[in-house]
Amino acid sequence: MATESVAFPAALPISRPVVDRLHEWVTTVDHKRLGILYIGYALVFLCIGGIEATIMRVQLMVPHNDLVSPQVFNRLFTMHGTTMIFFVAMPIVFGFANYMLPLMLGARDMAFPRLNAFSFWLTAFGGLLLYFSLLGASGLYGAGNAPDVGWFAYAPLTSQTFSRGHSTDFWTLSLLVSGIGSIGTAVNILTTILCVRCPGMTLGKMPMFAWLILVMAFLVLLCVGPLTAAQIMLTIDRYLGGHFFDVQAGGSAVVWMHFFWIFGHPEVYVLVMPAFAIVSEIIPVFSRKGLFGYPFMVAAGLAIGFLAMSVWAHHMFTVGMSSSANTFFVMTTMAIGVPTGIKIFNWLATMWGGRIHFRVPMLFCLGFLFQFLIAGLTGIMLSAAPFDWQLGNSYFVVAHFHYVIVGGILFAVFGAFYYWFPKMSGWMLSETLGRLHFVLFLIGFHLTFDFMHIPGLLGMPRRIYTYEPGRGWDIWNLIVTAGVVFQGAAILVFVGGLAWAFFRRKSAGNDPWDAWTLEWATSSPPASYNFATIPVVRSRRPLWDLKHPDDPDWKYEQ
Amino acid sequence: MSTTHSNHSRIRLALLVLVGLCLAAATASAQTTPSPLSPTNIFAPVSTPAHAIHGLSLFVLGVTAVIFVVVFSLLVYAVVTFRSRTDDDNREPPQVYGSNQVEFAWTVIPVLIVLALFIASSRVIATIQNAERPANAIEVIATGHQFWWEYRYPRLNVITANELHVPVSDPADPTPTFITLLSADMDHSFWVPRLAGKTDLIPNRTNHTWIDPHEAGLYLGQCAQYCGTQHAKMLLRVYVQPRAEFDRWIQEQQQPATNQAVSEGRHVFESTACVNCHTVSGTRANGRFGPDLTHLMSRDTIASGVADNTPENLRQWIENPDAIKPGARMPAMGLGARQLEAVVAYLATLR
Repeated sequence: MATESVAFPAALPISRPVVDRLHEWVTTVDHKRLGILYIGYALVFLCIGGIEATIMRVQLMVPHNDLVSPQVFNRLFTMHGTTMIFFVAMPIVFGFANYMLPLMLGARDMAFPRLNAFSFWLTAFGGLLLYFSLLGASGLYGAGNAPDVGWFAYAPLTSQTFSRGHSTDFWTLSLLVSGIGSIGTAVNILTTILCVRCPGMTLGKMPMFAWLILVMAFLVLLCVGPLTAAQIMLTIDRYLGGHFFDVQAGGSAVVWMHFFWIFGHPEVYVLVMPAFAIVSEIIPVFSRKGLFGYPFMVAAGLAIGFLAMSVWAHHMFTVGMSSSANTFFVMTTMAIGVPTGIKIFNWLATMWGGRIHFRVPMLFCLGFLFQFLIAGLTGIMLSAAPFDWQLGNSYFVVAHFHYVIVGGILFAVFGAFYYWFPKMSGWMLSETLGRLHFVLFLIGFHLTFDFMHIPGLLGMPRRIYTYEPGRGWDIWNLIVTAGVVFQGAAILVFVGGLAWAFFRRKSAGNDPWDAWTLEWATSSPPASYNFATIPVVRSRRPLWDLKHPDDPDWKYEQ
Repeated sequence: MSTTHSNHSRIRLALLVLVGLCLAAATASAQTTPSPLSPTNIFAPVSTPAHAIHGLSLFVLGVTAVIFVVVFSLLVYAVVTFRSRTDDDNREPPQVYGSNQVEFAWTVIPVLIVLALFIASSRVIATIQNAERPANAIEVIATGHQFWWEYRYPRLNVITANELHVPVSDPADPTPTFITLLSADMDHSFWVPRLAGKTDLIPNRTNHTWIDPHEAGLYLGQCAQYCGTQHAKMLLRVYVQPRAEFDRWIQEQQQPATNQAVSEGRHVFESTACVNCHTVSGTRANGRFGPDLTHLMSRDTIASGVADNTPENLRQWIENPDAIKPGARMPAMGLGARQLEAVVAYLATLR
């Protein structure tokens, strides 16, 4: 096909029609493009889930509000939870893992590029399937619309008797489909980390990011299976006359809970491991010091991964387990606090004696540290089973896990965004707008989620579409809703910052943060082959060795 | 850079103080039993299980508060002390890779803290879950329905709905109430925060909880496990009465319907679908799907605590339950105006 027109290769990318470029994005198997697709997809769903949350908060602003009907409210919290976990949090961490891993490992791509694309599109269509329920779920009974069974869909609410129409099927199938995508990604990540590292990069010289993503991938592999199995069992119950969860025929509602939470709790660590991974890269760079206690950080990560598989029933302290079962799960749950504490202390020790530069990625990481500390401490409160008998299923729990997911994970992800956006696009983001984003989001977050603990302590259960006046909950709910305004403004500033970067096109250069891992050794954005020549490393910070030939890391490590 | 930073920590400090104040207010309110911050405040216990949890919760809050202060101070100190300054030269700070001694210290100390918390928690678990049931305990079977509560006193031969009556339990001579928790349809959760922690009601499973309220009064709560459309309006009301008053209430509830006169309202009630779901003992109405109405007028509220039990509310409820509780399982009965009045008049005689 080569003709004379090839003589102007530089002009080609600009003059190609949009359809061609779109076709490239849809058919791509490049880990960087897939990473960006994951992140972009997650950001779109973040806005959708955020709008759902906003409607719920307006509904709960005052008691006996009737902005939405109970049916609509129940759909809103089901869709909000499902969207945020499966179609925001997981894709966004997969996106960063996808984009960064091969670059950090000095590889040309993930181990299985085509599986990578397949996994992304499964996840993407899973999300679309969930939202297609709004159009397609009417079914024979006219009982349509979005699912309203809650994001953990306890039996027997999901049985044919109580959930007519197809809304629950859309929920089931969308998680089934995206779950297969998640397993594909997990296999890909595991293989990539274990098999395609550049010469010299032993497991002990991998960036901490790679170690923690490795733990995440193991957890995905272990925990998504039970969820998929449960979805299949539920579908058999609903359509083939199975009785796994059919309590009228001797099935067990508690079995569903076990299946769901043996997925659901490791899932929390699936999301938080990448947050740890991000923070473990950003804090050293902006403290100008190598990560403190690397072997202990690896060990703590593995310990958390291991313990994460043994704590699921702390979500079930109120279902009437025996006192010995309750005691066991108190023990395992509290034990997880130890390696988590080790992580926090090591990050602090990394900052200790450093020179901390308060650039936007670091600000978000400091927010992460502060909020994750509190989230961990409220987690300890909830792990004491008797205290959980009061706090469980109340707004205290809602506040706690939003502290983990928003205050911890989302802050880390925003940090990652500001940190790696220059690498991904070649452009800098505005430092001023970034700080404004951070401050607004910090205020909004704390207004909403600090004060959300209090109605929980005062007896307000979660998932209620309205509440009685005179319970002492009114003022706190009002404050919680007020915080949404700041969070919304922060997201607008974030989008504004992206637009600014796009129009301003301020060049970032290869290494804007003077960082040490391999992704900064190549161009921004990297060429499709990542590195012209595969790098060879001798330490965990190959770029430090290059920049300080007189004082390289490999002399001191281990 | 440094100004941004100090603003930042000032915001955090202010927030911290606010949260602390709120927690302190919630805890302080525990001292004043009659009017706590909220009728459902978990820090205002009046029953042994709630007291045991309250004690544990103060211990856990204390320990976590100390951890918070220590780690937060370290964070602030690090951020302030090791911030980059404008007069820094461009040299990198000394690189430190780790220290086994330090790692050991911050592993062992958390292990000890966790051990203490674990022992404290397991003691309270045993106190509450393995409590002996004395012979004089009141026995109640609570059954969760979408979206109301059925209470049966099997040894006293009483069936009622939505308003649980129990006697005061004198700590010197306790008469606790042991509640067996069942469900007719969905997962529910029984949560009256001032009396005990929550326990779920799960279909095809038997759960247990117990309370021994030390003070008479009305204690509120609500279903704490999402159970469908009207989960929000499945409210709990527990009337704790002095023993004599409780016994009198039991006696009244044991009677069949006092009004046996055949009225127009009774005729309408018994000849329409009302009887498919409701029982009025001593009459033809013996449905079990909805609340027992034998002594409807002895209750303060209808629709599981959602509306006061007044003739006006009853009329509205029978005419269109969705107006009070959209999604409730009771259908609109489609009665004519005259029939409606007659049924309300009949219900008003069920004392």
